[in-house]
Amino acid sequence: MLMNVLTYAALVHESVLDPAGTHARTIAGLWSVFLWVTAAIYVLVMVALVIALMRRGKHDAAETPRGTYAAVWVAGAASVMVLFALLTASILTGRAVAEERSEPLRITLTGRQWWWQIDYEDADPSRRITSANEITVPVGVPVTIHLHSSDVIHSFWVPSLNGKRDLIPGHDGTITILAERAGLFRGQCAEFCGVQHAKMALWVNAVEPAIYARWVEGSRKTARTPSTPSEIAGLQVFLRSPCPLCHTIQGTDASGSTAPDLTHLASRRSLGADSLPNTRAALTGWIRDAQQAKPGCQMPAIDLRSEELNALVDYLGSLQ
Amino acid sequence: MSSRATIDVSDLPDFAFGSRSIMWWATVWTIAIEGAVFAATIATYFYLQGNEKSWPPADTPLPGLFWPTVNVLVLLLSLLPNQIVKNAAERCDLRTVRIGMVVADLFAVAFVVVRVFEFHHLNVRWDSNAYGSITWTLLGFHTFHLVTDLADSIVLTVLMFSRHGHAPKRFVDVAENSFYWYFVVISWIPIYAVLYWSPRVL
Amino acid sequence: MTGTDVMPYSSTDDAAQHEVLQKTWAPRRGLFSWFFQIDHHSIGRRFLFTAFVWFGCGGILAALMRVQLAKPNNTFLSADRYNQIFTLHGITMMFLFGVPVMEALAVYVIPLMLGTRALAFPRANAYAYYLFLFAGLMVYGALFLDMAPDTGWFSYVPLASPAFAPGKRVDIWAELVNFTEISALIVAVEIVVTILKQRAPGMSIHRMPLYVWSMLVTALMIIFAMPSVMVASNFIGLDRLVGTHIFNPAEGGDVLLWQHLFWFFGHPEVYIIFIPGLGIVSSIVTVFCRRPVFGYTAMVLSLVATAFMGFGLWVHHMFATGLPQSGESFFTAASMMIAIPSGVQIFCWIATIWLGRPSYRPPFMFVLGFFAVFVIGGLSGVMVASVPLDIQLHDTFFVVAHLHYVLIGGAVFPLLGGIFYWFPKMTGRLMHEGLGHASFWLVFIGFNVTFFPMHKLGLSGMPRRVYTYLPETGWGALNLLATIGAGVLGLGMLLFFGNALWNMWRGRAAGADPWGGDTLEWATSSPPPHYNFLRLPVVSGREPLWHEPERAPVVAGLAADKREVLITHVFDAAPDHRYVYPSPSPWPFVAALATAAMLVGGLFTPWSFAIGLTVLAIFLTAWFWPSSPAKEGEESADSPKSGEAS
Repeated sequence: MLMNVLTYAALVHESVLDPAGTHARTIAGLWSVFLWVTAAIYVLVMVALVIALMRRGKHDAAETPRGTYAAVWVAGAASVMVLFALLTASILTGRAVAEERSEPLRITLTGRQWWWQIDYEDADPSRRITSANEITVPVGVPVTIHLHSSDVIHSFWVPSLNGKRDLIPGHDGTITILAERAGLFRGQCAEFCGVQHAKMALWVNAVEPAIYARWVEGSRKTARTPSTPSEIAGLQVFLRSPCPLCHTIQGTDASGSTAPDLTHLASRRSLGADSLPNTRAALTGWIRDAQQAKPGCQMPAIDLRSEELNALVDYLGSLQ
Repeated sequence: MSSRATIDVSDLPDFAFGSRSIMWWATVWTIAIEGAVFAATIATYFYLQGNEKSWPPADTPLPGLFWPTVNVLVLLLSLLPNQIVKNAAERCDLRTVRIGMVVADLFAVAFVVVRVFEFHHLNVRWDSNAYGSITWTLLGFHTFHLVTDLADSIVLTVLMFSRHGHAPKRFVDVAENSFYWYFVVISWIPIYAVLYWSPRVL
Repeated sequence: MTGTDVMPYSSTDDAAQHEVLQKTWAPRRGLFSWFFQIDHHSIGRRFLFTAFVWFGCGGILAALMRVQLAKPNNTFLSADRYNQIFTLHGITMMFLFGVPVMEALAVYVIPLMLGTRALAFPRANAYAYYLFLFAGLMVYGALFLDMAPDTGWFSYVPLASPAFAPGKRVDIWAELVNFTEISALIVAVEIVVTILKQRAPGMSIHRMPLYVWSMLVTALMIIFAMPSVMVASNFIGLDRLVGTHIFNPAEGGDVLLWQHLFWFFGHPEVYIIFIPGLGIVSSIVTVFCRRPVFGYTAMVLSLVATAFMGFGLWVHHMFATGLPQSGESFFTAASMMIAIPSGVQIFCWIATIWLGRPSYRPPFMFVLGFFAVFVIGGLSGVMVASVPLDIQLHDTFFVVAHLHYVLIGGAVFPLLGGIFYWFPKMTGRLMHEGLGHASFWLVFIGFNVTFFPMHKLGLSGMPRRVYTYLPETGWGALNLLATIGAGVLGLGMLLFFGNALWNMWRGRAAGADPWGGDTLEWATSSPPPHYNFLRLPVVSGREPLWHEPERAPVVAGLAADKREVLITHVFDAAPDHRYVYPSPSPWPFVAALATAAMLVGGLFTPWSFAIGLTVLAIFLTAWFWPSSPAKEGEESADSPKSGEAS
């Protein structure tokens, strides 16, 4: 868990100008074109304004030199041409970004108030993986994410990988990401979705294909069996408490479906859709009263004796 | 500031009909606003229709055609007294205006009464599904617009029977009221077509 | 009606004319007279004042947001409070300030600029004002009761649907839209009719001042755009109140439909707010460069083109929803091309400055600020018009920066300039020029320090409408800078309005025409008499006061002993007929009160509308019922026409 915290603090890639995906790189190229062209236009207009202000030897109000008409016509025509050039660049980039790719890997992302459910689809149900708030993808492989919302509109946006796409109830959509290098890429919900819109972030963890294969292997397993007495007690606490009404831990009787799957909770970087780092202290506080860190979220305060809470955190902390 | 008169307007009339009058222009823009409301609502109707495989959705019967068709006839007939009132107002003929307005108001009342039956034969509730919702809403908007115009016409009719009736301003108001009634009639035709014929034909 | 060059008027004639007109047009006195007034000066001033009060409230909300965002994980505001505040900030600036303040200024200035005695339908104007006042009182009352809307000014479904927004907050939003849009639509109709039918004789359509053109275009856009949002707000009201399913996907409804209806209004709304600003810029450039604006026809066509194109690009607010690519290309092209008419206007103003002799007085300084700021907003608008860029920039702080550059640059800078410019006309006193310059620089610097860093924040991944952010995101430094900028901006605003308030009573007397203006409002005293002009002016050019002969040509034969107004032809402004306007009345106030009660009652039960409309019908009948034939110019149709009083 300590490693998680360190990487968390050190590696935040979350910028349009720091592209790590094919789409984001293409868009960043278009951005540069637009930036420099519009900056040049701005400078030209301001220079013209300043010269107009400073000019000596003004004309009589009655006369308008012919050159004025010519200048305004030229400026107008130049604007039209520049805009058409930008429009062309934009449409070509749009096509490049929208290009259909094969989908070796298919993920369904479901927006929830205020977290992300992630399902790795597979024809064989036992090979499916369910997770929350963290998407692990192999570098260099296009990943098509199917977007779905079961409550309000959310928007999936990881700036370093691609632009955003809304998750709209009744209108499922897709977005493709292709990470060019390994790294951790942060994204935040980009459509206002209610009281905790600010704390609805997710991570995309792009790893080399070999590591990805190992990750898949591990993630398909059911939850680790508790080994220490405290962990065993923690599982019992979990099953007796209201937790299983909402949460699932595969391999146990807990199969709630309205809150994040906890089967591999300890391997995640953060809690509450990146509200808190995934540390022992934070997890303890989160279970005791999640409303402290994320007021209005669906997770209720859980009233446990301190030794019960300790055991529960021991158990959850073991779910690698 | 010293000034000299270059135009004398004392001979000009102190009222005017049609596009010369400000009342006519106010009516035109009111019609534009209400027309935009109907256009947005009709656009919504077709937008929602596009989401359904069948329209009305499965298990929802078609709306009854009899009463709305009666209402089309009522409205078309009402154009006759309406035009008579408009012509009479422009002649400042108070007697004809009074009789014509009463007749025209009776047509509008008949329309509202038939409208009640129309709602009863929509064969869907507003809270059954989106089809029912938009059908009720579109018909509701039109009813609202009709009832407010009827109330307005009745007040104006009473006014024409009062001592204030015989004033040029009132005749302009009557003429513009008749002008507006054309919009009531003309807006009903597309709404009728959308609500009762488009589910049958499209 | 011809009588070219009747005898010039002597000062005794003028005194007698004033006497009679004053008696006819002066507001009534007494305890409750405030509720009776309908003249465009009183209502226009109140409208402006109220709009600026809401502007101040919206500004305070913005300051609270900036404090909250000044550092990561700040706890100054709770999430719920922040969401109410950002929603109400948007609602205030769009519904309670942006549109109304421009209409309010027009209510005051347009009749004077057109050379007429009154605004068309003055009682309706009073009604519209009171509705607007009640709208703001309702929504700010809701904020103090912790009931303010919290789903954003755009109130997207299904977040605003009954399933996800229980309570009354969204209903308050829907009623607020009804309030403000009814008010805005009424004023828009008055403005259009006044401009089309009450211009001074000779002010044909190609001699209308550019400000008048801009308000004509704006008012027409209001007429065609606002119904769409009223329809949407009534749909959501019905979904919430009586259980319709128009936006409920489970029952065949559709959530994207909301976005289409909303943005079909919401995008033109942006133009509705800044096109009047462009008109103000034209007025100020003309007067402070001592030269008519270059390219009148191009300016007018640009305004009209902007209005038409403004209705064709609402979908660029919906690029992230995923649309067919051909549709996207169309809306990208339309959104980029709308920069052309704005560009043409910028070029024409620069040409005017080039040819003229600029004098750097405060109104002109605000116009220069407009250039520097608005052009950035226009260019970042070209960026977000591009689909690939927009899917990165949409709903981030980049867009927050962009929209403030457009709206503060395009509307607020010209508006402040316009207030400075017309202040002497409205109050008879001048604002302090030194303080005017100081407030300009504070506003200009504060604005840029606040909003320029937001471009970078958006590019760095900061979404809009977040009440806080984590320290690890690295957004803290620029947010702190923006908050400091907001402090400077706030100081500048305080200085500007302090300057205005102080000089309302203490300012130097202005005289009729302190700036050497070209348009008709400067032809009458400051503040203008209740009847505006002793005798209606006759116009023979675009800048009537600049090529006025020795003795100003005026209209004779308009009755002074009743509220008679000259109605002219739409295109050539030839005199057509005289028309008597209604006298002061308390019914607009009473009817507005009843409307407000009905709309607020509608938050709780649909029956409120049935009862309310009945009551309203009674009040409206009282409103329109003539008081007595003599007073209202109701003499019977065949009685002789009345002549002039003097």
